Amino acid sequence: MSPGRRVVVTGIGVVAPGSMGREGFWEMLTAGRTATRRITFFDPGRFRSQVAAEVDFDGRRLGLTAHEVHRNDRFVQMALVAADEAVADSGLPLGSGADDAPDPERVGVTLGSAVGATMRLEQEYVAVSDAGTHWLVDPRYASRFLHHALVPSCGATELAVRFRAQGPATVVSTGCTSGIDAVGYGSQLIEDGDADVVLSGASDAPISPISMACFDTIRATTGNNDDPEHAARPFDARRDGFVMGEGAAVLVLEELEHARRRDAEIYCEVTGYANRCNAFHMTGLRPDGTEMAEAITRALDQGRTDPDEVGYVNAHGSGTKQNDRHETAAVKLSLGPAAQRVTMSSIKSMVGHSLGAIGSIEVAATALALQRGVLPPTANYEVPDPECDLDYIPNTAREQKVDVAVSVGSGFGGFQSAIVLARPSRRTS
Amino acid sequence: MTGLLVTGLGVVAPTGVGAEAHWSSLLREESAIGPIEGFDPTPYGITLAGQVRDFRPEDHVDSRLMVQTDRWTWMSLAAATLAAEDAGYAAPEDAYATSVFLAAGSGGNEFSQHEIQGLWAKGPRSVGAYQSIAWFYAASTGQISIRDGYKGPSGVVVSEGAGGLDSIGWARRVVRRGTPAVLAGGTEAGMCPYALLCQATSGRLSTATRPEDAAPPFSRRAAGHVVGEGGAILLLEEPAAARARGARRVWGEVAGYGATHDAHHHEDPAPDPAQYARAIRLSLADAGVAPDEVDLVVADGAGTPRLDALELAALGAVFGRRTTPVPVSAPSSYTGRLMAGGSALDVATALLAVRDGIVPGTAHLDDPVDVPAGVELVRRPRVQPLSTVVVLARGSGGFNSSLVLRRAPEGEAA
Repeated sequence: MSPGRRVVVTGIGVVAPGSMGREGFWEMLTAGRTATRRITFFDPGRFRSQVAAEVDFDGRRLGLTAHEVHRNDRFVQMALVAADEAVADSGLPLGSGADDAPDPERVGVTLGSAVGATMRLEQEYVAVSDAGTHWLVDPRYASRFLHHALVPSCGATELAVRFRAQGPATVVSTGCTSGIDAVGYGSQLIEDGDADVVLSGASDAPISPISMACFDTIRATTGNNDDPEHAARPFDARRDGFVMGEGAAVLVLEELEHARRRDAEIYCEVTGYANRCNAFHMTGLRPDGTEMAEAITRALDQGRTDPDEVGYVNAHGSGTKQNDRHETAAVKLSLGPAAQRVTMSSIKSMVGHSLGAIGSIEVAATALALQRGVLPPTANYEVPDPECDLDYIPNTAREQKVDVAVSVGSGFGGFQSAIVLARPSRRTS
Repeated sequence: MTGLLVTGLGVVAPTGVGAEAHWSSLLREESAIGPIEGFDPTPYGITLAGQVRDFRPEDHVDSRLMVQTDRWTWMSLAAATLAAEDAGYAAPEDAYATSVFLAAGSGGNEFSQHEIQGLWAKGPRSVGAYQSIAWFYAASTGQISIRDGYKGPSGVVVSEGAGGLDSIGWARRVVRRGTPAVLAGGTEAGMCPYALLCQATSGRLSTATRPEDAAPPFSRRAAGHVVGEGGAILLLEEPAAARARGARRVWGEVAGYGATHDAHHHEDPAPDPAQYARAIRLSLADAGVAPDEVDLVVADGAGTPRLDALELAALGAVFGRRTTPVPVSAPSSYTGRLMAGGSALDVATALLAVRDGIVPGTAHLDDPVDVPAGVELVRRPRVQPLSTVVVLARGSGGFNSSLVLRRAPEGEAA
């Protein structure tokens, strides 16, 4: 690590269910409004879970070219739209060729995605197999861009090309922690001196029959089909699984001095990031939360942050029985007595669980919360669970200035990640 | 800082299961490319591939785990075990002291084709409980960490063919931040009808029907690459930690790394090799190595005329001033391109070459293209002392990565 290189967030772009762009997303979160509904992308009648948080997304209307829409899966399209907004927000003329644009060789990309182009791969499979009739698929029905769908790295390429980022680029695919890890890796590129600016974020579009079916069989998703708007109930005693979501968020990460030299507006500093594995089970969690606690502790250590300083935890809060208990234990274990005072909420109650994307969407929400002094609530919280006994900011956003916030994630494969964000006034001035 | 040490090699490749089997196959100049077995690939205009024909997953993977995972993960599980065995590595008491940081390419292809087939033919209830954990790109990393009890910072990067090198580059960041041992590299298995069809739409696959007609990279007849499966996983250790546990062998040191992106076009490479050459220069500078000091380049060898010409131009830009040309070899000509697994396998091959002082050859390179000053294509294996090797890899879309490996410092060798 190059000593002294610090990382700040100077741009945010969001594509989230139930809203338009970053400001629409924030308005929705602070209003406590939910975007979960009965699935409209296909007839969910034969599925156990029939609810999702869908984005009413039209890439063409949001500035993508016909070629971009044609060759790219929805996850890439949403990443491009989120990145457009983030770059515009940062004020950096990336990809414009302008004199004051950053050196392209010092711009990197880290894009998270848990399942990549799964939607397009399935749609194309239906065509080439004639709806599952032929194992030896028929190439005459294949799209010219199937290779693009096969390799999710195309998402990083599309961002690199659009914004002329010639530095290190990669897709990060650690399942449901991809979105936090992508921002963590982007921060490491800057800390290590390999880039000055990184487009970091994540995107997933998993609302498709195969994704719904595979979570159905393990009963990870909600069966609460009669009341879609209130189907996602993190930390509530009646929770019965997550609600599938989709979306994207991209952050412009920038080296602090680089941002200062151009008088950029700074949302927050990324002061720490860590991830650990539970080495226990691909989908199961031990209730004690030890490894997530370790990730939180290490992320706090990196920025020499005392647990007492943490004012807000943006929870993974998927709304499965085991996750919310596991996470509550991890926060208690890592923050100690400070856990009793900390506030914690899950925006998945409103925008669903968009697998890898949600980590970046939650980092975006956390950065906005720090900047604006408002903490988003946990919607649909009515019946307390004795095993989940922290302050989850029930149903109504709370005006509260916070200096340090932690966003955490947990995913299949046993991955546990934590990232620490701090208000710029605290340390960067 | 002192570079990371490579203390274990785990190879599952078309050329052999196990590092020694792979290496002796290369030295015997036996190409592993042959007609695709398992299904009829002719509808896709493809005949040949580098399949791992002598891989018996049941020898490496518990039967309960086998049914939960794709062939790609079987190969990763096997390669991880082989690497740990080669290193004599037992999980230390501190479970957080070991990480798994792999490259992925296309996920659990065959498993997923079965499940999607069932879903559309028979309905949602036919989808099994393991689809959710077998298909996604993090499956192999997660399964290794669980099976072997490794709780360190784990990760998965996807940059197509460059992934194997990039996983090693990211492993260095993990070690810098305090975790002493990382399993890095990756494997790939795209040998089912749908995955092959997806790859064929890239337009970069060889349509040759006989192995001897599949022209290798840098041949005047080059007309696309042969796909392969498999790859390699390596154990990387921080030097003091390797010494402290009494590591029995040091294959070499990861001395430098550089990565760039063309940022030019979603499919086509940049018209000039500037970013590719820059990746090589970054890795040399990182290692503190001058172009003159490089004893061998293991090339990406994409196998299309345009991509081959760009690679040679990048090498010419970096090595053109040398008084003696740098030997350049493309051992992927024996295996086909293994996507994420290929560049990891090339790292293993390079370390085997350094150990024995033998440069591997390039299969069937009987009609090579002209090369720029400072570059020499290696056609046949030859004896030559090696201490510094550069391994190159590109990923489709414009990823460029370069890794510098150095013979283990005196006193580190077993």
